[in-house]
Amino acid sequence: MERRGVRIVDTFAEAFDMRAARVLITAASPRWAHTAAQSMTGFATSVIGCKVEAGIEADLVSHHTPDGRPGVSVLLFGFDVEGLAARLLDRVGQTVLTCPTTACFDGLPEAPDRVIVGGLLRHFGDRYQSSKFLDGRRYWRIPVMEGEFLVQEAFGVQKAIGGGNFLILAQDQPAALEAAEAAVAVMRRTAGVVLPFPGGVVRAGSKIGAKHYKKLVASTNDAYCPTLRARDDVTTQLPDGVNSVLEIVVDGLDHQAIEDALRTGIDAACRPGVVEITAGNYGGKLGKHQFHLHALLS
Amino acid sequence: MITLTLKEEPSVPLEAEMLSPDVTMKLTNEEIRRLPVYLGKRQRQVDDFFTVDGEASDRLEIHGDAGRVKWIGRGMTRGRITIRGRAGMHVGAYMKGGAIEVEGDVSDWLGAEMSGGVIRVHGNAGGQVGAAYRGSLSGMTDGTVIVDGSAGLEVGMRMKRGTIVVGKPARDFAGLQMKGGTIVLCGGAELRTGAWMNRGTIVSLTPLQLLPTFGYASTYNPTFLRLYARYLSAFGLALPADASYQRYTGDAAVPGKGEILVWNGAA
Repeated sequence: MERRGVRIVDTFAEAFDMRAARVLITAASPRWAHTAAQSMTGFATSVIGCKVEAGIEADLVSHHTPDGRPGVSVLLFGFDVEGLAARLLDRVGQTVLTCPTTACFDGLPEAPDRVIVGGLLRHFGDRYQSSKFLDGRRYWRIPVMEGEFLVQEAFGVQKAIGGGNFLILAQDQPAALEAAEAAVAVMRRTAGVVLPFPGGVVRAGSKIGAKHYKKLVASTNDAYCPTLRARDDVTTQLPDGVNSVLEIVVDGLDHQAIEDALRTGIDAACRPGVVEITAGNYGGKLGKHQFHLHALLS
Repeated sequence: MITLTLKEEPSVPLEAEMLSPDVTMKLTNEEIRRLPVYLGKRQRQVDDFFTVDGEASDRLEIHGDAGRVKWIGRGMTRGRITIRGRAGMHVGAYMKGGAIEVEGDVSDWLGAEMSGGVIRVHGNAGGQVGAAYRGSLSGMTDGTVIVDGSAGLEVGMRMKRGTIVVGKPARDFAGLQMKGGTIVLCGGAELRTGAWMNRGTIVSLTPLQLLPTFGYASTYNPTFLRLYARYLSAFGLALPADASYQRYTGDAAVPGKGEILVWNGAA
């Protein structure tokens, strides 16, 4: 299959089950809401190294937020409910509570699992905190030097999918970067997904384990490293003329959201200078979710 | 829909706790007409006082001057009662869910010890709205009561959770011994507001004469009030959210951790 002269490999992206939470951060201005969201989603690229994957899902206008102020929707993904609860507590406590004018609300009220966040963070209030119970939900008011931090007691956690991906194989680095930027721009318009890596793009794709360092859980994806193409101990997957590869990883709340993001992203990445689009998988052994590129684009 | 029309105002209070959607939702017209009510100490039946149209519904509409009809909607959990006139004491007491709308005035103990649901009164209310009965530890524990007009003594006495909104002035002792929840006094209140309150919030959009046992804390814009502003806007009420409030804490006589927020715009 080809799209605008770019070869689409007949393969699939392999993704796995995760758990996700959606956090709505509001503030006095979009700038402060974004500041808190960026802090919260920092160092959250890979669940292997960071224990959580997170990203900004969308900017929210004031009539779409619980308190009528401008806000940002953040998605966080973890391997299990307990782990995600711990990360929520850390990150809301360190990056949202501390950020001027913010408040923090659950964005998945219908989710089956609930984890306590505000109900634990309230202890920062040293018994000067108070709560409000309104319309079936409890909120905590924690006194802080600036005024009050308002945070919802519990946040919803639902099943989700992590690790949707595709690789952009390009003639050179500028072409790869330009295609990746175009893909990220359209993928970020999809509701229910985040691209957890810096700028939505990862240059250091990995393989499971390592050939030479047995204790490593992941190491460089040598088959897609252009500088290793001629080595005897590397089975390159790169066609001739490819000199730079970038990967886009997408986590989503459901299968459909990831499909939509991959479809629009791959289409946008089919630009001059791109030779091939493929995807990372482990032969179906790692995750039960498969996104076949030809099926996505047909 | 079941329509009950009062034939004439009873000479003494009529206790009619059977006028509840939970009771009528499965009954035939004949069975509804035979439901027991108490005129003073005498047991009578509904059709001695009301003409009844309709059957088997959780929507009730009451016509006529029911100012002496007590306990309408007592303990109801679902459905809707619309009262096209006045209503007597204890409307919606112990209510757990559903909605009651009263077009006229209501007497005392509106929504007393309720734990859910919504009550809207377009007229005035008597005393003890959402309060605890005498000897009881807690008043309302959840739900919403909105009185467009004024209210009597001891609004929200010992309430624990829930929301009460009073559109016009309330009388003395609003929030007496309050344990939690929120009272919004759009028209302020008379004396001793928040007396002996332990916890909870009283919001006043009109300056109040406060007890000396309440201390001024700060002037700020409480974020949580925005949630109430949004919630109450669904009822057509406008609570100033993007505004500053003076926060007073008390009652130090208890000593309590309650708060009274007085809207600065009214100053």
